[in-house]
Amino acid sequence: MKARLALSLAWASLWHRRRVLALVTLTLTLSVTLLLGVQYLRTEVRQSFTNTISGTDLIVGARSGQLNLLLYTVFHIGDATNNIRWSTYQGLTGDSRIDWTVPLSLGDSYRGHRVVGTDSGFIDHFRYGRDQALKLSNGQWFDDVFDVVLGADVARKNDHALGDKLILSHGGGRTSFSNHKDTPFTVTGILAPTGTPVDQAVYISLEGMEAMHIGWESGVAIPGRTVSPAQARERNLTPDAITAALVGIERKVMTFQVQRQINESRVEPLSAVLPGVALSELWRIMGQFERALLGITGFVVVISLIGLVAVLLTLQAQRSREIAILRATGASPGLVAALHVIECLFLAAIACLLALLLGSGGLTLLAPWLLEQYGIQINLRPLAAPEWIILGSVPVTAAVVGLIPALQSWRQSRRQGLSHNSGE
Amino acid sequence: MTKQTPTPTISSESNQRAVTTSGLGYQWPHSNVALQFPDITLKRGEHLFIKGPSGSGKSTLLSLLAGMLRPTSGTVSLLGEDITPFTNGQRDRFRADHMGVIFQQFNLVPYLTALGNVTLPCRLSTKRHQLAKPEPSQEAEELLAELAIPHSHWHQPVTRLSVGQQQRVAAARALIGHPELILADEPTSALDTDNRDRFIELLLTLAQRAGSSVIFVSHDQSLATHFDHELFLEAHP
Repeated sequence: MKARLALSLAWASLWHRRRVLALVTLTLTLSVTLLLGVQYLRTEVRQSFTNTISGTDLIVGARSGQLNLLLYTVFHIGDATNNIRWSTYQGLTGDSRIDWTVPLSLGDSYRGHRVVGTDSGFIDHFRYGRDQALKLSNGQWFDDVFDVVLGADVARKNDHALGDKLILSHGGGRTSFSNHKDTPFTVTGILAPTGTPVDQAVYISLEGMEAMHIGWESGVAIPGRTVSPAQARERNLTPDAITAALVGIERKVMTFQVQRQINESRVEPLSAVLPGVALSELWRIMGQFERALLGITGFVVVISLIGLVAVLLTLQAQRSREIAILRATGASPGLVAALHVIECLFLAAIACLLALLLGSGGLTLLAPWLLEQYGIQINLRPLAAPEWIILGSVPVTAAVVGLIPALQSWRQSRRQGLSHNSGE
Repeated sequence: MTKQTPTPTISSESNQRAVTTSGLGYQWPHSNVALQFPDITLKRGEHLFIKGPSGSGKSTLLSLLAGMLRPTSGTVSLLGEDITPFTNGQRDRFRADHMGVIFQQFNLVPYLTALGNVTLPCRLSTKRHQLAKPEPSQEAEELLAELAIPHSHWHQPVTRLSVGQQQRVAAARALIGHPELILADEPTSALDTDNRDRFIELLLTLAQRAGSSVIFVSHDQSLATHFDHELFLEAHP
């Protein structure tokens, strides 16, 4: 009976002060959303990062840092410093310890998306997430020189269907002024969405890459030197160089040996990196930042809780009359203190609930944009243990915070007589 | 009307006493003045008027009787029970079960309706809940009607009531569930003369019916005529 009374009084009191308290709750809601959001995104982004590539044992490119190599081959960020000669790549392919290789030839773009020159090995061997293979949602992998396969997002954003003709642009960037106008490509396949940067690229054959660059040796199209598709097919379209290669090792124990051998290659300066190691180095850099962010967000929550105490203590002064009435009517100081704690708990619970709604709503709206802009896939998932702990700690802290006015009014009501409210 | 009190025959002598105090004294913390009060003996159903200038310790005496303060010396017996050795919790419970309190002003919990304020004691005390016949809400409505609170105001926030109406709602709250004691701390000081007399008449009539003793504190000597007994407190230096 007392508990019900306390609850209904607390509720009535909150409702009575709803205007002031709504603002406090809003501040608390926003800070909890921020804290929860940062923690949530941390794990999601990390998951998304580690999901971008799997099953590949080595990434081989021209000599550079492992981060750079990882970024331009897998994340399509930044550029290669140099190329690998075709003959060197052939050498890798011929190595008996190497199970498979996938060539990657980069440098061009289509409406801001990377153009990746590769071969059928890409669809056969590239894995992401938990060893998931790429699938085509429509059509088939390219076969002809002038076929192109689109990543899921490229097709969706540009509203492309099978059979569409595409003009690829020379060089990277969103708007390129030099287009490979003479050699249009036909869409033959569209990849199923993966939530990785794969969705953001278009895929053509190495031969296609070579064909569209005939007459472009100086970096721009030289009039009279470019060729029509039909003429191009006549030529030898074997490339001179590729940008990088993904390598699968037959026996995993050989990985380090192959890596060392490639790194020490005398044919040309090469780098071979382990994707997992490079990913975790990348994450270590990002991790510093995200930990700092989490710390800052924690402070935001603390600040808004302090704000809550400040408001409650201000309200306390106005409440002394009402508390005197309750005491005179026979309410124990315990009940009065419980009112304060219940009110705080209630506000915190509302803030948490709103934060959950706001967070999930925000993520739903933000996820497509993140995927599009940064290739980071954020899924709505049930909260994990650390997030529940964060969420749960908010009402607990609020209850502790509520003890401050509660104890104050307890002490006061034990000291004060009846006449407290008559203004004497 | 209120001068003659039909005292019901109760077997035990001490049971007939609403209030008995002896050698009651109190000293506020951080104060040099030790207040000393005359002994009070009040039979059940009888009313007492306590008069005194400011600073005479009227409110302190009321707080001691209400069990909000513990006396530094002397004893307080209410309804035949010595409440002086009671723990804080016991005194709170005793107050909830047996007492109604009316203040000078600002008597009502601002976030409850008029009815919510009146039934509050029944929610804090099972005894008063049981004594409020047939149901707390019905007795509350009867009391509000008798105290001339317009029906339209019963479910309204109390902040819309006039001062006179607020005091009458407070009287209804003090009366509900038939408590043996009603303590009133200058409840009429904010009212004009007409309202004041009407308020005291109503309060005493209803208290009579409920069998409650009213202890009424005021500095206004003219009110004394309404009461059986009166006590004068002297100003302390």
